[in-house]
Amino acid sequence: MADFETPEIREYPLIPHIHEGAMAGTKPFVAKPEHQKALGFPGELVENWKEVAIDKMGDLLGKYRSLPVFLDSCVKCGACTDKCHYFLGTTDPKNMPVARQDLLRKVYRRYFTFAGKYFPKLVGAVDLTEEVLQDWYSYYHQCSECRRCSVYCPYGIDTAEITMAGREILDAVGIGAKYSNEIIGKVFTVGNNLGLPGPALKDTLEGIEEDVKEDTGVDVRYPVDEKGAEVLLITPSADFFAEPHVDGLIGYGKVFHQAGISWTLSSYASEAANFGIFIGSYENMKRVAMRIREAALDLGVKRIIVGECGHAWRVAYSFWNTLIGPFDFLDPRYPAPQHICEFTYDLIQRGALTLDKSANDHRVVTFHDSCNVARASRMGNMPGGQFIIPREVIKAVCNNFYDMEEGTIGEGTFCCGGGGGLLTDDLMEVRVKGALPRMQALRHVVEEHGVTHMAAICAICKTQFAKVLPYYNFSMDQIISVHQLVGDAVVLGAKQ
Amino acid sequence: MDFLSIAYALVFYFATFVLVVGVGRKIVQYARTPAPLKIPTTPAPTTGTGVALRLGGEVVFFTSLFKSNKWIWVFGWLFHFCLLLEVLRHLRYFIQPVWWWVALIQPFGKYAAYGMVIGLLGLWGRRFFVDRVRYISAPSDHLMLVLLLAIAGSGMLMTFVDHTDIISLKAFVLGLLYGHWQPLPADPLLLIHLGLVAALMIVFPFSKLLHGPGLLFSPTRNQIDNPREKRHVTPWATDTGAGTAG
Repeated sequence: MADFETPEIREYPLIPHIHEGAMAGTKPFVAKPEHQKALGFPGELVENWKEVAIDKMGDLLGKYRSLPVFLDSCVKCGACTDKCHYFLGTTDPKNMPVARQDLLRKVYRRYFTFAGKYFPKLVGAVDLTEEVLQDWYSYYHQCSECRRCSVYCPYGIDTAEITMAGREILDAVGIGAKYSNEIIGKVFTVGNNLGLPGPALKDTLEGIEEDVKEDTGVDVRYPVDEKGAEVLLITPSADFFAEPHVDGLIGYGKVFHQAGISWTLSSYASEAANFGIFIGSYENMKRVAMRIREAALDLGVKRIIVGECGHAWRVAYSFWNTLIGPFDFLDPRYPAPQHICEFTYDLIQRGALTLDKSANDHRVVTFHDSCNVARASRMGNMPGGQFIIPREVIKAVCNNFYDMEEGTIGEGTFCCGGGGGLLTDDLMEVRVKGALPRMQALRHVVEEHGVTHMAAICAICKTQFAKVLPYYNFSMDQIISVHQLVGDAVVLGAKQ
Repeated sequence: MDFLSIAYALVFYFATFVLVVGVGRKIVQYARTPAPLKIPTTPAPTTGTGVALRLGGEVVFFTSLFKSNKWIWVFGWLFHFCLLLEVLRHLRYFIQPVWWWVALIQPFGKYAAYGMVIGLLGLWGRRFFVDRVRYISAPSDHLMLVLLLAIAGSGMLMTFVDHTDIISLKAFVLGLLYGHWQPLPADPLLLIHLGLVAALMIVFPFSKLLHGPGLLFSPTRNQIDNPREKRHVTPWATDTGAGTAG
């Protein structure tokens, strides 16, 4: 299937021995000059890149408290060394969180600390060289910014913050990754990651309305740009057509229909994803997010609900209020923003939906906690609601549910392997190998409980699993949207 | 006053100065650098009290490390707890009269040195025997453990083998505190022990020992999870234009 070997799933997960250089040189395509410039970055590697890189590092050290604290505090205890799915899947020691951080830390020490300036060998400080720069490009694109390491670090050091800083420096010297930077450009010019223009979006949604009508005999609406709607739904653009995403969108529509709440999508802000976070660029993240505020004001909605997307929910939940708030123009009775699972859960709690669980009886379901939802956000009003609410929604619509093993779900969840801006074919080896721990846990519940489907609430997870499941002898349609389960179980029509 | 006593007195003034000013400067740097976005590792507490408990748990019980790796936790916690007992036990050289609870912990503090050494050896062993930890260890990581082991070892030799003149030692320490210097007993073990402690104090602000204050400033641990309820605002990140767009 490819020019690398898919790691073997063992009966029990093992911590592998390290193999230096196992993934050296693996890296994504470099962004073209036009993609770079659209985001305000130099088109190609600048002549005085060393100086620019060190200046940028200094700039970031003064802007983000996380950086000096994380770079100073690590004691190299080793607690994180077996926590990264990319290390477990690739065995490359530079994919251990601490070693990934050290790629930046050793340069930080050399240029910004007393010990590194005067005793570089002693503390492992090095000059910034071409080789170090290439290592940054390679290994900061073998991190999905999933934060699993930060759960286990005694000081909460979050490698995602280091990776973001690394990518910011790379962008500043002119070598960004094509995948993320091209996509951010598309959001600015077209309105979404997929580059789907407004008219095409309208056509697609009309097609979905026809399909649902054909399927159910009921006129469920999938409206776009409807002024005065109560709810603006911001969802990843993958939901508009790709499988299994679109079945989730169909589910959202059915829930809104049954709840009798008017809603709309926006052709201007037709994207929940915000790849600005992946490249650590505050400015680009804010610019992407601002379209949503503008759309909400333009359409005059009272609420904003976010569809199934992991990092988008992190940006929405944790950052929107800072980036594009305050949301004083929205109905204060509802959280701003609200997750679609919170919305559906609320309706279920109030008995507002009639659900036929037997519609999902042909499925035995498990749930994959998406990293950004699990470790960088919340749902509901209690800590950990992000684990409880999606599961309660699934259990309300489905008779057969089994969790994967403790330590591979919840706050310890393993990334799908494709997050953080790595969901590109040029990183297929990283993606397949990084999926190993999740595939291992899935294999376990498949054998133990006959699980047939894994549900997720993240467009990246869904796309990634559809692609990598076959490498591990599963089938690509075993990954489904949580709201596909909901949509299949919702009984349409007057409440019975 | 002999030369040695004067030298040690000066070294300790210098070490204290470096420690206090160095760590103080770092704390000021951490405190002044903004944390523009809410990034607590969730699930995170939704109240200030909750955050205090979370940080307290990290400081006292190393809760995240416990989740992570039981061996590192056992060795690391044993070392830190015993070090704390040792430091408290040594308060008796700095105060007169000695507080009752400092007197009370003396016998435990004495044997805590063994715990320290076991913890340190365990942590050091990992740097040789676990390939992942061996890979990430720089010379300074080994040296730091050697330094701490040497401090513990020289201290233990004085406690259990070759006693030093602790009456004169206390006079020397109090002399330093109150500004009328007294001679330091010229006992080689004591000189080694004190010299290494001074070295540790001097190294502190320039090394990974900053993990102490660092933990308290770690945004993933010290932030309250309430971004929807309360708008998080910092100087450079939240320009006034945001609220007026559209």
